[in-house]
Amino acid sequence: MNAPLTSGYNFAYLDEQTKRMIRRAILKAIAIPGYQVPFASREMPMPYGWGTGGVQVTAAVLGADDTLKVIDQGSDDTTNAVSIRKFFEKTAGVATTTVTSEATVIQTRHRIPETPLKEDQILVYQVPIPEPLRFLEPRETETRTMHALEEYGLMHVKLYEDIARHGHIATTYAYPVKVAGRYLMDPSPTPRFDNPKMHQSPALQLFGAGREKRIYAVPPYTDVVSLDFEDHPFEVNKFDKPCALCGAEGVYLDEVILDDRGGRMFVCSDTDHCETRRADGNRGEMSPDSSENRP
Amino acid sequence: MYVAVKGGEAAIDNAHALLAHERRGDPSIPEITPDQIREQLALAVDRVMAEGSLHDRDIAALAIKQARGDLIEAIFLVRAFRTTLPRFGASEPLDTSAMSVRRRISATYKDLPGGQVLGPTFDYTHRLIDFTLAGGAAPPAPATATQGEAAPHVTTLLDDEGLIERNPSAAPDAPVGDLTREPLAFPASRDLRLQNLARGDEGFLLALGYSTQRGYGRTHPFVGEIRFGTVQVGFHAEDLGFCVDLGTISVTECEMVTQFKGSAEAAPHFTRGYGLVFGQSERKAMSMALIDRALRTAEFGEDVVAPAQDEEFVLSHSDNVQATGFVEHLKLPHYVDFQAELGLVRQLRSEFAARQADLDAMRKEAAE
Amino acid sequence: MSAARELPAAEMPELPLLSVDGLSKFYGARLGCIDVGFDLYPGEVLAIVGESGSGKSTLLSLLSGRLAPSAGRIRYRMRDGELRNVLGLTEAERRLLMRTDWGFVHQDPAQGLRMAVSAGANVGERLMAVGQRHYGDIRATATDWLGRVEIDSDRIDDAPRAFSGGMRQRLQIARNLVTHPRLVFMDEPTGGLDVSVQARLLDLLRGLVDDLGLSVVIVTHDLAVARLISHRLMVMRQGRVIEAGLTDQVLDDPREPYTQLLVSSVLQV
Repeated sequence: MNAPLTSGYNFAYLDEQTKRMIRRAILKAIAIPGYQVPFASREMPMPYGWGTGGVQVTAAVLGADDTLKVIDQGSDDTTNAVSIRKFFEKTAGVATTTVTSEATVIQTRHRIPETPLKEDQILVYQVPIPEPLRFLEPRETETRTMHALEEYGLMHVKLYEDIARHGHIATTYAYPVKVAGRYLMDPSPTPRFDNPKMHQSPALQLFGAGREKRIYAVPPYTDVVSLDFEDHPFEVNKFDKPCALCGAEGVYLDEVILDDRGGRMFVCSDTDHCETRRADGNRGEMSPDSSENRP
Repeated sequence: MYVAVKGGEAAIDNAHALLAHERRGDPSIPEITPDQIREQLALAVDRVMAEGSLHDRDIAALAIKQARGDLIEAIFLVRAFRTTLPRFGASEPLDTSAMSVRRRISATYKDLPGGQVLGPTFDYTHRLIDFTLAGGAAPPAPATATQGEAAPHVTTLLDDEGLIERNPSAAPDAPVGDLTREPLAFPASRDLRLQNLARGDEGFLLALGYSTQRGYGRTHPFVGEIRFGTVQVGFHAEDLGFCVDLGTISVTECEMVTQFKGSAEAAPHFTRGYGLVFGQSERKAMSMALIDRALRTAEFGEDVVAPAQDEEFVLSHSDNVQATGFVEHLKLPHYVDFQAELGLVRQLRSEFAARQADLDAMRKEAAE
Repeated sequence: MSAARELPAAEMPELPLLSVDGLSKFYGARLGCIDVGFDLYPGEVLAIVGESGSGKSTLLSLLSGRLAPSAGRIRYRMRDGELRNVLGLTEAERRLLMRTDWGFVHQDPAQGLRMAVSAGANVGERLMAVGQRHYGDIRATATDWLGRVEIDSDRIDDAPRAFSGGMRQRLQIARNLVTHPRLVFMDEPTGGLDVSVQARLLDLLRGLVDDLGLSVVIVTHDLAVARLISHRLMVMRQGRVIEAGLTDQVLDDPREPYTQLLVSSVLQV
């Protein structure tokens, strides 16, 4: 076991009292799937809105022999992911990885890994606005009542308006879900492409919102249903092409602009998935070493 | 060609190294010390202490240096440090009537027990750039005086006549709220509201307080009293069974005397708004007192119509560390969500174009 | 000519839908209303008239559960036939009642509508709130209801912001009636409208109330409105019901001097 590299702070930064408080909130959240549990969110050394909720949840569940993976936008290499991974390397001295299947705790912003999760894994989401009804009803006192009374007609009004205006539901990320047939939940700003991965997932899914001081959870093997209409069923985003680097289909792709003449390519948003596939010999149309591109 | 962003880790390290370099500035100029900041930028230190919610002048000064003078960044550093400190409990209530007063003024009485003590203030100075300061001449020695008679609170004087509402007396054994330990729920009790405001952004409080003066929730305020000085902090040690003196802190206190109320049951009397902040900041203490009173609107059976009266609005947006974090998080990558929106807009546009084409064809047919 | 309406005797049911007794409200020492009691039968329209400050709006707020009374009892016959104490309902039960079996038509349509949401969604909201999840069906029902309140179906995707006052009020009525409530409260539904628009709206309301067999409690200061739409009438003054009876009887042969004054000052214009 590695000792924390920076003395003067407790393991994983937060003191044990605080971690215990957060664990209590997590346990309550797991007991009431999808319910937003208020917790005494601490001030963290990173700014609000940059993952303070996720970091506190991760700090509370992390043990010395855990292996941590941190992604932002699906990638291990984006600035915020690097910063949070370094934070835990420094304050907890835990092993880190970019390989999804090797991680025991994965903290994420905006994506769920493409590699299916397993029973012994915890996925920690960073959440900016935990309240799915917030933009329909700004008052916390009112939205809490709506949850308590399971009054969710307003959310369907929004979806109805989407269809009336655009012909289909025009919510592409943070697409509202109903958890275990009871609570309406914001899946965090993941693209709706990822919503089906939450349903009956073997992994434990924890959501932390630091600035808004809320924790919620989806226990393993729980129903997570995206809201829709019978005649306008939920659909995931589709891509016309496979990944230009690894040829993967049925994955979420990032658009990369190649030049100022409209040239672009689509590559896996999940960098670990893409690299693993390429290491296994899969090639896309723009791989540097794909057969078409070889001189 | 492969252009997906890589090498983030090295780039971040380089950016931080550059930041450290910029912080130092021109190396031919002597480096500023936290001591200099503490002594010569004392009001900046006070603000960082107050909104950082930690009474420690040295930590605040160091944070200002580290933050290159960005006070909200410095407040943020202090908060992140504060959060790691153990919390032993709540002190005894401060006795501000026993304050060692450096400044004490009332706008409601010309003279009063304890007198008007101007102390160190910008008030009445002419706001002219003083070019002699650039040369660094030593200021003349100030006049000194010993504190005279005791200075009871103005509101106590009013209270003796029953002219002002009594301060709600807290149950002595009731726990003191702490929004850094328990999440804030609405409606919030007054102790939590005051804590929130005491930590709140000076600019935000100032603007809201100002708005009440301009008609968005008027309270007809008078400055009963502003006092600044040092007070003793006592702590009741459970183990010892008596109160121990922890030392002194500097605070600014403002008591506003506001719009009177009366009813069939109670004779007309003034109401109160209260402000208390670490260090010297009258602007903040006064703004806080205005807002405290505005937030009591419903308590007095008045309609909540203005932003400063709206508890959820005020308390949810007063914290500049929360605010700056969330505003600035927009800098973080949002590729994934943007990609989803991009796909949708393209789809909607192609559907729109198809509909237009159909319409055009129909019109053409009809015309023929 | 007597324009007021009578319930056909054969249809007069024996069990009341709403039963109120001893209802009082004090605001501190000030009186809102005192000791109001009545029974409302299915299909019956009861008008509460009086000047502003007479307590009629307080009474409506009490009846619809928007204000807690100081004393008294309100009982409502649920669809299962059981007479339940409205004040004893849980918040969840009360809200369910409000969006299914009851309706409330505000004087100001902006209070009863979502002004930024399309007409179709305004009508469809109650359907979705009770679990309807078929977009096409919801839209078809909304279209049908817009037709019944004489709003062109091509306005279904427009927000009420773009509607005239009379249209907004008709939309508010459709939004309330779409779940086929049995009891509707109306607070000066024609207030603030031009006279010609008022007449059209009243005519429409009368038709809907008859078609649907609605029970209605309507508050109005306008005796002409009361005469046109109600079966029974209660006159309020200073928080008390000073006269009650069949609308025609009260208006044609008022007993109380105050009612006589009201009738003479309004109806003979």
